[in-house]
Amino acid sequence: MANEIIRLTGIHKAFAGVRALQNVSLTLERGKIHCLVGENGCGKSTLIKIIAGVYQRDSGSVQINGKEYEHLHPIEAIREGIQVIYQDFSLFPNLTVAENIALNEQLAEGRRFVNWRHVRQVAQDAVNQIEVHLPLEARVEEMSVANKQLIAIAKALRQNAQLIIMDEPTSALTEREIRTLFTVIHKLQQRGIAFLFVSHKLNEVLEISEAIIVMRNGQVVSTGPASAYNTTRLVFEMTGQSIAEKSYDFTPDHSQPALLRVQNLTVPGALNNVSFELRRSEIVGVTGLLGSGRTELALALFGMLPIASGQIEIDGKPAQIRSVQDAIAHGIGYVPEDRLTEGLFLEQSIGRNVVVRTIDRLRGAWGLTDPAQVAQQVNDWVASLRIKTSNPDLPVKTLSGGNQQRVVVAKWLASNPHLMILNGPTMGVDIGSKNELHELIKRLAGEGMGLLVISDDIPELLQICNRILLMRNGAVVEEILPRETDENALAAKLIED
Amino acid sequence: MSRLFRSNEALVTVTIVLLSLIIGLNNPTFFSVGNFFDLLRSSIVMGIFAMGVLIVIVSGGIDVSFTAIGVFALYSTTRILKEAMPDASIWVGFLIAAAIGLGLGMINAFFIARFKLPTLIVTLGTLSMFHGFLLFAIGNQIIRNVPPAMDAFARSALVRIPLERGVANLHPAILITIGVTIIVWLLLRYTMLGRGIYALGGAREAAERAGFNVPRIQYFIYGFVGLLSGIAGMTFGSMARQANPQDIVGMELNVIAAVVLGGAQLTGGRGTVLGTILGVALVVIANNSLVLVGVPTVWQRVVIGLIILVGTGLPAIQAKRASKRGVRLAEV
Repeated sequence: MANEIIRLTGIHKAFAGVRALQNVSLTLERGKIHCLVGENGCGKSTLIKIIAGVYQRDSGSVQINGKEYEHLHPIEAIREGIQVIYQDFSLFPNLTVAENIALNEQLAEGRRFVNWRHVRQVAQDAVNQIEVHLPLEARVEEMSVANKQLIAIAKALRQNAQLIIMDEPTSALTEREIRTLFTVIHKLQQRGIAFLFVSHKLNEVLEISEAIIVMRNGQVVSTGPASAYNTTRLVFEMTGQSIAEKSYDFTPDHSQPALLRVQNLTVPGALNNVSFELRRSEIVGVTGLLGSGRTELALALFGMLPIASGQIEIDGKPAQIRSVQDAIAHGIGYVPEDRLTEGLFLEQSIGRNVVVRTIDRLRGAWGLTDPAQVAQQVNDWVASLRIKTSNPDLPVKTLSGGNQQRVVVAKWLASNPHLMILNGPTMGVDIGSKNELHELIKRLAGEGMGLLVISDDIPELLQICNRILLMRNGAVVEEILPRETDENALAAKLIED
Repeated sequence: MSRLFRSNEALVTVTIVLLSLIIGLNNPTFFSVGNFFDLLRSSIVMGIFAMGVLIVIVSGGIDVSFTAIGVFALYSTTRILKEAMPDASIWVGFLIAAAIGLGLGMINAFFIARFKLPTLIVTLGTLSMFHGFLLFAIGNQIIRNVPPAMDAFARSALVRIPLERGVANLHPAILITIGVTIIVWLLLRYTMLGRGIYALGGAREAAERAGFNVPRIQYFIYGFVGLLSGIAGMTFGSMARQANPQDIVGMELNVIAAVVLGGAQLTGGRGTVLGTILGVALVVIANNSLVLVGVPTVWQRVVIGLIILVGTGLPAIQAKRASKRGVRLAEV
């Protein structure tokens, strides 16, 4: 058929005897938006790499634009117009936007010298094609994540992209940025360019995709038009089981003082008279757009942003939080948004990451740590948080996203905090792990901990929080009870100006 | 406009102007032709080294062995000229020194590109190795009686200006520095190889994915730095009219400091030829002219240290502030 870009038939692929792909067949069509969903480790990345020519299949056939490829080389894939935009975008932060857009093309043309006027022209052309405005002379490091993505798309277009494969395209974007991205994608779609999204965010998958491909355990288990799916069915196909999440019910005990009471908290330029209470066993959600002050609130409570005015009370007593040490002394724990750079020592072992916060307490005679006691503590946490690993001595980076997040949580739990602030706790985590993390959060609250969950994942907030604070321009503008709202209403409030 | 003003080059230029004014107002000889030529003369060798170091730092690496390469090339070349071809022209000497430097640089490149070892570790090792090998196997005595070509080169002048007392000479070796500077500028700005060096320093993995041949770029970088170091070493000896195996080694931190002052970042990906020229100028002025205003020689090192601390600290603090603002706005 003339409309096909890619036709895979009966693809098998194994790594060192472990089956990664089993009898995978699929077709991708020109001008269509496809979405590939599946849990971590289901074979999505392997499949993408086979399409891009990075991996070679063991058996099966690959047809691109009607042509059979015995042995597909990455360069051939690029010549056929297949472009993969990885999560890190493969951009150069130190170079200008224009150079980033034009560089690959110049390299592919085998140029030896740089004609800067040509570079600017190429970049301008590409930016015009997607009809967005980008400052071509600015360095990429000054750009937002959303703009970096547009730059990556522009770069792909310059290499004559026919099929753009995007890995987790919306995971770091806010609602409004996702709208812009979708507009760009629809424009390119009308010109016949096909897209393949790989995503965890089911709502967005259903919103933009026309064709859905679900993978589980190395096999394609379900394909069809997006209209045939809803979230429940997708979750069922991905996990092979139905997961029904119950919302968190909680009735506050007003005889006790609030665990955390914040009054008129102000940080110039970031927070404006923020007041709220959080009781023991409560899970309070904080949501808002980019720049609404949701992350700043967490940073201020954790002593990382200086507070200009306002009071913080903990267990009814005024608390001064001027530094991270103060916050920890008051029993506050913080799981940051970017766990890879802020929350974990990636090269270090899982065990060391778990005990790093409490290593002082594990000291025995002579001030040395007792390896047996450390191992005991590590094993306890690995077991109680169900961290999936064969050996806690392996580096943290060997774990999947969901398990890494559990290590961060374990690290904080080891120091017995009363209040945990979780920023984007399930970002980039697959459905199954997400559920388990939600269960963990509810369990902790059940045991008396107070939790502040910062997220823009609306279904998540509705499922786990008993109250949601909506922030806008540095202020809490509304308090919402999950049982009195639904996804659409909350989403509408979020993007309202 | 504000961007231009905040740029590192502008900051260093302002520092140079202020320092010159302070020195010049206290001692007007600073603004004399003689002193200007002296400053230029002192910049010749450091300038060549600095261009090599700039390339390495932009690529995200570091090389501390270049001084050992320089003195190795100088001493070996002097012996070769003296013992095998006493009548050869100075250009033959430069050619031999450059070839020796290139060879030694390729040894660095081999370890770095082939085994992916950290550049600091490799070059720390080769710094000792090259220097030790020179002293042990090639010679440890100062050669004062240099071949006639080197002697003649040392005495030559590009410009001679008669002064009230004596003459001010500008050494022709400044042309080598200027030539190297122009070549490095063209290389970094207008060749894909140069852009590859920036790309490598900015994001190595992305550079590989884009199709840059990273090991080949690294061979080029460390080989080229070796070549420049050989030329710089030979220039040093030809101007000093001697080959002392203990010279040059020890200069490396001053050169790296000049390049960093000029805005190159040790994390890679950033640095300009113009900034490096300014950085060298600042270090040379501080080194040579503080004595004119009565700063004792022993204190000069302290002052230079202070300039480095303030000069690299200020932009770093500025960048940090900017990124903090960025955090609030972009909520990364």
